[in-house]
Amino acid sequence: MSLDRVRVGFLPLVDAALPIVAREQGFAEAEGIDLVPVRDLSWATVRDRLLYGRTDAAHLLAPLAIATALGRGRPAVPIAVPFVLGLNGNAITLSPALADVVSPGAGLGEPHAVGTALAAVARARLAEGRPLRLGVVHRYSSHNYMLRYWLAACGARSDAGVETVTVSPPFAAEALAAGEVDGICVGEPWNSVAVDRGAGRIVLVTAQIWRRGVEKVLAARTERLTDAPELFHRLIRALHAAAAHFVRAGTIEGTAATLARPDYLDGSAELIRRAISDRIRLAQGEPPLHFPDFMFQYREAANFPWRSQAAWLYSQLVRWEGLPYSADAARVAEGVFRPDVYRAALAGGPAPLPGANSKMEGALARETGVGSIQGRLMLGSDRFFDGRTFDPDHIPSYLASLDR
Amino acid sequence: MGRIGGPLSALAQTKWQLRLAAAQHSMEAMRIAIIDESAGRAAIIQEGLHDVGLTDTVVLTDRRGILAQLEALAPEVVLIDLENPSRDVLEEYFAVSRALARPIAMFVDQSDEEATTAAVDAGVSAYIVAGLSRNRIKPVLDLAVRRFQAFSRLQAELHEARTALADRATTDRAKAILMRRRGLDEPGAYALLRRHAMASNRRIVEVAEAIVTAEALMGDLP
Repeated sequence: MSLDRVRVGFLPLVDAALPIVAREQGFAEAEGIDLVPVRDLSWATVRDRLLYGRTDAAHLLAPLAIATALGRGRPAVPIAVPFVLGLNGNAITLSPALADVVSPGAGLGEPHAVGTALAAVARARLAEGRPLRLGVVHRYSSHNYMLRYWLAACGARSDAGVETVTVSPPFAAEALAAGEVDGICVGEPWNSVAVDRGAGRIVLVTAQIWRRGVEKVLAARTERLTDAPELFHRLIRALHAAAAHFVRAGTIEGTAATLARPDYLDGSAELIRRAISDRIRLAQGEPPLHFPDFMFQYREAANFPWRSQAAWLYSQLVRWEGLPYSADAARVAEGVFRPDVYRAALAGGPAPLPGANSKMEGALARETGVGSIQGRLMLGSDRFFDGRTFDPDHIPSYLASLDR
Repeated sequence: MGRIGGPLSALAQTKWQLRLAAAQHSMEAMRIAIIDESAGRAAIIQEGLHDVGLTDTVVLTDRRGILAQLEALAPEVVLIDLENPSRDVLEEYFAVSRALARPIAMFVDQSDEEATTAAVDAGVSAYIVAGLSRNRIKPVLDLAVRRFQAFSRLQAELHEARTALADRATTDRAKAILMRRRGLDEPGAYALLRRHAMASNRRIVEVAEAIVTAEALMGDLP
C-alpha cells in the first residue's frame, strides 16, 4: 500500500510529541500516512511554511492559529484546528533572587500570594525606573495570555509596571541568566534547562492559573482540510492513537528517548522524561515534584477542540491588544476550532465524543460527568485560579467584568 | 508588549525619514539589513546587492543586541533567513515598537504568491517599512532568493565533494586491509570489495566501512 505524505511542521518542544509518536510508533502508517515532521526554530517559520503550502499541518500555538485567521499583523488566512495537541505544560520561572522574594517557601507557590508579591516588586521597580521584565515565547501564545491574566488579577496589569517581551525558547534560560529578563513563562524543557543551570526557580505552573488551558493545536489551512477531509480524518485518528500511547504505562522512557533525538527536540532525554511524566524540578539540586496536571495530552478528551476555548483566547486577544469586541471576529475565532471534524474522524471508535461544541470554561470545581454522543466522558476541575467563569456567549460582559 | 532599547531620538527619526524619502527615488539610498547566523551566506547576499548598486547594507550575525542595532540602523528593508530562531523576537519588535518611525511588516505580495512561495522555498523572508513601493522591493527580494538558492547549491556541492573524498579514503583503507590480510594486489582487493557489495546489495563504500570498523575492533586478533 502506498502511503499519503503529510508534512507536519513543529517546534522542538515536548508538546510536539503526538505527531512524532504517531510517526515513530507506526500509528500514522497504520492509517496509510507517511507523516513527515518538519522541524523549525521559530513560530514565524512554522506558520509561513503552513501558509505557503510547504507543510500540510502544523504544531502551533492556539492563539497564533486564531490571530492568523483574524489577520493580525498580516493578511488573514482561514485556519482550521481539528485537534488539540495538549493542555498546559508551561511554567513560570523567575530568577532565584526574585523567586526568593515573591515565593519564599519550598514547593510551588500559591498563585494569589506570588502574584500579589510580584505586583509589589513591579511597583517598586517601576519607581526605580527599571520595570520588571518577563519573557514569553510569543505575542500570540497562551503563555502570554495566562501570565497577563494572572498578573492583572493580582493587581499588576502588565501594561502598568510589568513589561513582557518575546524570547525564543532555546535562549530563554540564557536571557534569564544574563539578567535580560527577570522571569520567563515557557514550555518544557526550557524551564528545566534554566533550573538545572541555576538561572531560575519555577514558582508556578500555568495549570495553577487555568487548570485546563488549551496550549498547542494541530492547525491546517481550511482550504487544505476542505480539499482532503478523509486524509485529515486519518491523521486525527493517528494522532489520537499516539495520544493514548503517550499516556500508557511503561511508554515514557521510550517516548523521552525518541523526542530527545537530534532530528526532533535535540535535547536531554532526562529533562524530557521529567516533563512528560509530570515531574518537575523546581530548583537546582531538589528532587522533582510530581504535579499530576502539569501537562494533559489525552485524558478527559483533552484533544477535543472546544469552541469555548477558542472564544476565551479571542477574549484575551481583544483585551491585551486594546481592540474593540467584534461579534464577527469572535465568530471567526470560534470557527477556527473544528469539533465537527474531530467527531467525524473519531466516530465509531473508542474515543469519547462530547455532545456539545462549547462549555462554560472554569465552571467545574470537581470531576463531573458531561453529555457525550459516544463513550463516557468525565471532566476534571477546569477552574481559573481567581474563580471566574467564562461564558462564550457573553464575551462583552466577561470583558467588562475584568479590570480593563 | 514592551520593547527592548531606549526610544529613538527625534534627530534620528528625522534623519531616518529623510533617508526614507530619498529611498523612494533612488535605489542607492535604501538601507538593507541582512540578519543571518551564517556569515558566509550573508556575505554572498551583500555582494549581490552591491553588484546592483544597493550599497547601503549591514550584516547582523549575532542575535545578542540585535534589536538595539536595528533601532540604531533604522533599515528600510530587513532580510532574514527562515531558520533564524530570532524571527519571533523580530516580528514582535516590528509589530509593537514605538521606536521605529514607520512600521515594518512582512513582505506578503498576494498578487504574486509565486514570489513569496519562492522566498519560503529559498529560505528567506523580507520585512519592509510601510510606504516603500512594491516595484522597488521586488528586485531586492528576487535577488535575495537567487543568492540563497545559489548558497544552498554551493553547500550541496561542497557536501557532495566532501562525501566523495571521505568515501574514497574509506575505500582505500579497506583495500589496504584486504591487501595485507589476504595477500591480494590492489585490483584484486577492489574486485573482492565490488563482488561482495553486489552480492549483498550494498554500496562499495558501505562494505569498506564495515571492513575498516571490523579492523579497528578486531584487527589485533589472530
